[in-house]
Order: sequence, then structure tokens, then C-alpha cells
Amino acid sequence: MAGTAVLGRLTWQAAQVVDVVVETRHVKTITFDVPDWRGHRAGQHVDIRLTAEDGYQAERSYSIASAPDGSRLELTVVRIDDGEVSPYLTDELQRGDQIELRGPIGGYFVWEPSQGGPLLLVAGGSGIAPLMAMIRLRATAGSDAQTRLLFSSRSSDDIIYRNELDQLNGGGLQVVHALTDGQPPGWTGYARRVDAEMLAEVGPSPAERPRTYVCGPTPFVEAVAEALVRLGHNPRTIKTERFGPTGG
Amino acid sequence: MSIISRGFRRRRVADAPPDRVPPGQYVIRDFPVLSAGPTPHTPLEQWDFSIVGAIDEPRRWTWEEFRALPSQEVTRDIHCVTKWSKLDTVWQGVSVDTLLDGVDTSAEYVVQYSDGGYTTNLPLEDITGGKAWVAFAYDGEPLHSEHGGPARMLVPHLYFWKSAKWVRGLRLQTWDEPGFWETNGYHNYGDPWREQRYWGD
Repeated sequence: MAGTAVLGRLTWQAAQVVDVVVETRHVKTITFDVPDWRGHRAGQHVDIRLTAEDGYQAERSYSIASAPDGSRLELTVVRIDDGEVSPYLTDELQRGDQIELRGPIGGYFVWEPSQGGPLLLVAGGSGIAPLMAMIRLRATAGSDAQTRLLFSSRSSDDIIYRNELDQLNGGGLQVVHALTDGQPPGWTGYARRVDAEMLAEVGPSPAERPRTYVCGPTPFVEAVAEALVRLGHNPRTIKTERFGPTGG
Repeated sequence: MSIISRGFRRRRVADAPPDRVPPGQYVIRDFPVLSAGPTPHTPLEQWDFSIVGAIDEPRRWTWEEFRALPSQEVTRDIHCVTKWSKLDTVWQGVSVDTLLDGVDTSAEYVVQYSDGGYTTNLPLEDITGGKAWVAFAYDGEPLHSEHGGPARMLVPHLYFWKSAKWVRGLRLQTWDEPGFWETNGYHNYGDPWREQRYWGD
């Protein structure tokens, strides 16, 4: 449980938008260039700050979705319709714009390739973001840690990073999807909410002591974590991070 | 000098007096859940609350004994480091002053410890003098396990991670010992009015 070494204050830094990618109807990924970025660990987050012309400021936290990559980092943002910050990020922000950001933050919900596996990653919706940082780091670092991703989305159109996950699937990474609100013809993944039976089928057994990371909306995380404990997993091996509609 | 975001404007109605909302926070009406692991469920017959450490006679209450202590209803604003603040939250709890009544200790610090292994540290003076409670009800209802039931700490003048959920005791110490989030990048003290979110703030 060693903390991240943080040297001095996490100061606000200018972050320039270098790319905006549409992920799904409600979700975009924004790539920033942060010249003095000190690097991050997979699973950490940043705070962003927006300032209006009248001086009004709003801060929010977003998980970093990208593996460490020099001065680049990616945030995946869900548009909350009545939110204050997320509609600005998804609708207004354009290549070349700057915002302020500070981080990286958090030393607990993180994974390093040196920790190895097996890994059990369970994501609900945009909760995939910090887990994607781990999956991407696993790939770029050439880690052979046995990794299972169980990823719950509403419909097939709502699956974030779908193509990239398809490409990464295999070779020690097993990606399993669950769709809760309808499935396309020929769907071979799960067609229900994540439950204990599904976790037992997909995940390593408690005896294998997987490092487990669960991220998603609160009811999802509560249900998954409870099911894992009921299956016999040691609660101390289960790390959770919760997203709520609040935070938009 | 901050970067101005062209076209960005306040969308939330400023429905709270500014002197009640610390810097970088926004007011919400629901009650988000944040915790680092699975929610523990300790049966009440196995639950107890202890005061240990730098104390001559450690104290311990069963659930029944704890609930028989005098309690107070307190209404406070709470501030989470993840940026939300919730105003006028109503709790029922036992004041830490009641639990420490008559205790003679050389301790200057305290560690709250919880089911599930969570800990958080603070100066002893931050939980005495009517500043902290062990709360067992929220909004007139028994405290739900997601929010830390059967009992959690309430230390509303600090960021809310300093109010341990599922709390089982207080360890009085002569030295300061950073807790769970405090060793994971978060500020050792956590005053929302000074925006002490992270190490170095």
C-alpha cells in the first residue's frame, strides 16, 4: 500500500486539446498534451478546472484512460445532459483549446505491470476508463499477466473502446461483454446484468487470488463487489472506484 | 492566471450562500457513495466500538450499550474531496466527547479504524469539543450500510474521507500515523476551506 511519491504541490497545468474522438452517442475521448506532465500510473485520475469569462470556476475529476505516454493523456467523458462541465467538454472543446488540469492523483486504485496477475477487471459503462489504462499499459509494457475483463454496457452501440478491445483480445487478455438493455442478432456475449454466476464463469477462482478492480456506477460496484465476496474472494483483494451521475 | 474557457458558463443555479461552499466544491442534492472496497456487513450482535491506545483502561461498548448512550441530532454541511458538498445533512449520533468523557490521555492524535481495514488519522483536538460524532442514523433512518452503517464517524469540518464509514474504534496515539487515503496521495489534514485535497496542498 505504498503511496505515490508526490514532490511538492500538484500545480494546475495548461493542457492543450490535440484530438477529440467520438466513442459512442454520449461519450467522447479527448487527448491532451501537457508539456510538463510527470507521468502517471494506470488507474490514477486528474482534476480539471474550467474558468468562465466572469471568473466562475468549476472543478471535476476524471480517470486517465491512456497508458503513460510522455506528455499525452486521454480522458473519456460521458455527456451528462444537465451537467455543467461534461457538456462543455464533449460539445464545445476543440482541438487547440486549452484547459487547466492537475494530477496525477490517487495511489490505491492503480496497477503496475510489476505486480503481475492474474487480473480481474470489471467495468460498468464509463467505469472502463481507468481499467482501459491498465489494459493499455499491460499491452505497451509487454506484460503477460493473465487478465480477464468483464465489461457491462447498455447496448452494443454503447460499448466504449469496442474496436480496440477486439484487437487486444487474446494472448492472455480475455474480454467478455455483457449487454443489459437489448442485444443485436447473433450476440454471443452475456445478455444480463453482471451477477455472481457470471463472475464465477469469467473470473479466476478465489484460490488464484486475482487482483480485482471494479469501476462503474455505485449500484453496479456494490452488486459486483458483494457478489465477489460471496463467491469467496478476499475483500482486501477487491479495489473499487465508483462513478455517479453527480459529477457532470 | 487561469485559462478562460470560451463559452463556458455557470449552469448550476447558485442556490447556496457562497460562505457555505468551499473552493472547488459544488452543491448536490443526492448522496453519492465512495469507498475503496466492498461494503462490510457486520451483524449488530458482533459489532462493538472501542477506544484503545494511549488510554489506561480501554473502553468498549456493544451495540446495545452504544445505543444507550446519550445522542444528539446534528445538522451539518459535508464536503467530499471528489468535489461535491451537501448542505444541511441531518444525523443522529453520539458525541465523541461523550465517548471520551473522563479519559486522561497523553495522546495528541487519533486513528479511526473500520471494518474492511480502512483508517484515517487526525489530531485529537479535531474530534473533541463538539466537533465529531459516531453517527448511527441519517435523515431519520438507520444509517444504510453503503453510507457506513451501522455507524460511521461524522467530522464535518474536514473533507468527508476523514469521517470513517463502518467505524469500529478510535486509537489514541502520541504520534501522527497517516491513514488509508493519507498514504495514497491525499492531504494529511484535509481542511476543505483551505482546499487541502492532495499531498502538498
